[in-house]
Amino acid sequence: MMPAYDKVKIARKVSRPTAADYIEHIFEGFIELHGDRNFRDDKAVIGGIAFLGDIPVTVLGIQKGKNMEDNIACNFGQPHPEGYRKALRLMKQAEKFGRPVISFINTSGAYPGVGAEERGQGEAIAKNLMEMAALKVPTVSIVIGEGGSGGALALAVADRVWMLENSIYAVLSPEGFASILWKDAKRAKEAADLMKITAEDLLELGVIEKIIKEVDGGCQNDFGFTANLIKGKLEMEIPALMQKPVDELLDERYARFRKFGEFTE
Amino acid sequence: MALLKNRYVSLNETAEPKEKKSFFASLFSKKDEKPEVKEPPKKDDDIPAGSVKCPDCGSIYDKKELGSLKICPKCARYYRLNCKERIRLIADKDSFEEFDANMQPKDPLNFPGYAEKVASLQEKTGLKDAVITGKCTIGGFPAVLGVMDSGFMMASMGSVVGEKVTRAFEYATANRLPIVLFTCSGGARMQEGIVSLMQMAKVSAAAARHSEAGLLYITVLTDPTTGGVTASFAMLGDIILSEPKALIGFAGRRVIEQTIKQKLPDEFQHAEFLQEHGFVDKIVDREALPYTIRDILKIHSGKGGEE
Ligand SMILES: [Zn+2]
Repeated sequence: MMPAYDKVKIARKVSRPTAADYIEHIFEGFIELHGDRNFRDDKAVIGGIAFLGDIPVTVLGIQKGKNMEDNIACNFGQPHPEGYRKALRLMKQAEKFGRPVISFINTSGAYPGVGAEERGQGEAIAKNLMEMAALKVPTVSIVIGEGGSGGALALAVADRVWMLENSIYAVLSPEGFASILWKDAKRAKEAADLMKITAEDLLELGVIEKIIKEVDGGCQNDFGFTANLIKGKLEMEIPALMQKPVDELLDERYARFRKFGEFTE
Repeated sequence: MALLKNRYVSLNETAEPKEKKSFFASLFSKKDEKPEVKEPPKKDDDIPAGSVKCPDCGSIYDKKELGSLKICPKCARYYRLNCKERIRLIADKDSFEEFDANMQPKDPLNFPGYAEKVASLQEKTGLKDAVITGKCTIGGFPAVLGVMDSGFMMASMGSVVGEKVTRAFEYATANRLPIVLFTCSGGARMQEGIVSLMQMAKVSAAAARHSEAGLLYITVLTDPTTGGVTASFAMLGDIILSEPKALIGFAGRRVIEQTIKQKLPDEFQHAEFLQEHGFVDKIVDREALPYTIRDILKIHSGKGGEE
């Protein structure tokens, strides 16, 4: 099996397909909707409405750029509070119109900056966790690259969480983890081995329900292959989730997150 | 989640239990009236035994002068309270009944040194992990109460904190009670990896159900409240109170300074900064907290003016 840190490197590749790439490939008639109706439009979070086959859906994604210009615009995929609030606005809109929500996760984490703190990064993430837990429509989240900490979880409190084979999902980057616990960011590789951040590990822990295959070397080598797999799985899963009565859907989502925790008493 | 710059010296870190008695046996007992205060780590060695040197103003005084509120008599600096001291200040005498007293963490990542660290902190603090939850009355009003303790791994949130707080919400929802949580935390407990991240979702989902039931949730932010606790239950209160000057934020100060390559002003991420930006309802002095909480409970109790 590939060492965890090799997956970290693939997950971070600049050439790796972004949320916008998947949205364009998988959905029809995507209409992007901007802004949180409060402060500004955060380009690190994209969102809008589209069709999955003939089902109207709301689509969200945390967006990284493929070049410096794009990355500056989308802040390297690190959202500000207004990005999370835009996502929440679109999720509540989806709830109003009974549309399932599909989110693509790719962020090293929420942005640690002065404006982000002034505008309540913690509150924005917390609110999303609480509202997503209770959102009365089906939700599926797919980690396509990095799933970094609370900034990723803020769009991933979903009925189903899937990961691409070479994506990672973690409480913190291996570098951050190593620097906090060992005061040495250079031990990131060792941290990655310990942290259980790969799709295989997280499937075993029940953090995710599905692993989506990539071709050798990563999905940038055959984007269509992975994107079609996602499309196929969504076309199965979304109608199945839509069959469930809302109470059952919400009880199952509650139980899905309720189960995490390792303790004795 | 972030690691804190250690701006305040925690007294709890150096505190040792005087004797091995259970947490609750000691909670309200007479001879334990004065909270134990040990000397903070010091540079000078000329501090007399039984005295403390205030890290803020440098005054040296007998530790008894801090009183049960643990406030510097010279500069009004707030020392951190451990959860035992906090519960004694907030809950009506003898009213507190603890939930899940024996819950302890496991070691989901088999992280080197974690089990030993937990065991030594349990020995030192008399706690099993970083939060105590239970029910009590406050000024006569029943409530579920949870208090985090920065003396236990900087009150980072792992499975035990997540589970106990979740159960506290569930108990409050089932019994139609308000819940009051005193937060402090360095963030997610790194040693438990992704399991600690999932606690944020778990607790927030339980808070959502309590809220949907139309019940009151009061958070009291204390120094320091950061990372995954800020980004989950700390910021979800219907009413968010804070102690003065408490450090409150999502990202750690050092992480932000490294990101923006600038020094941050002292008042950045203080309670007053958060109130100014609209994220704290009210900053309340430590001695006034029991009365403020009582008054808020009373307004939500459905009872009239006279008690
Ligand atoms: Zn002082």
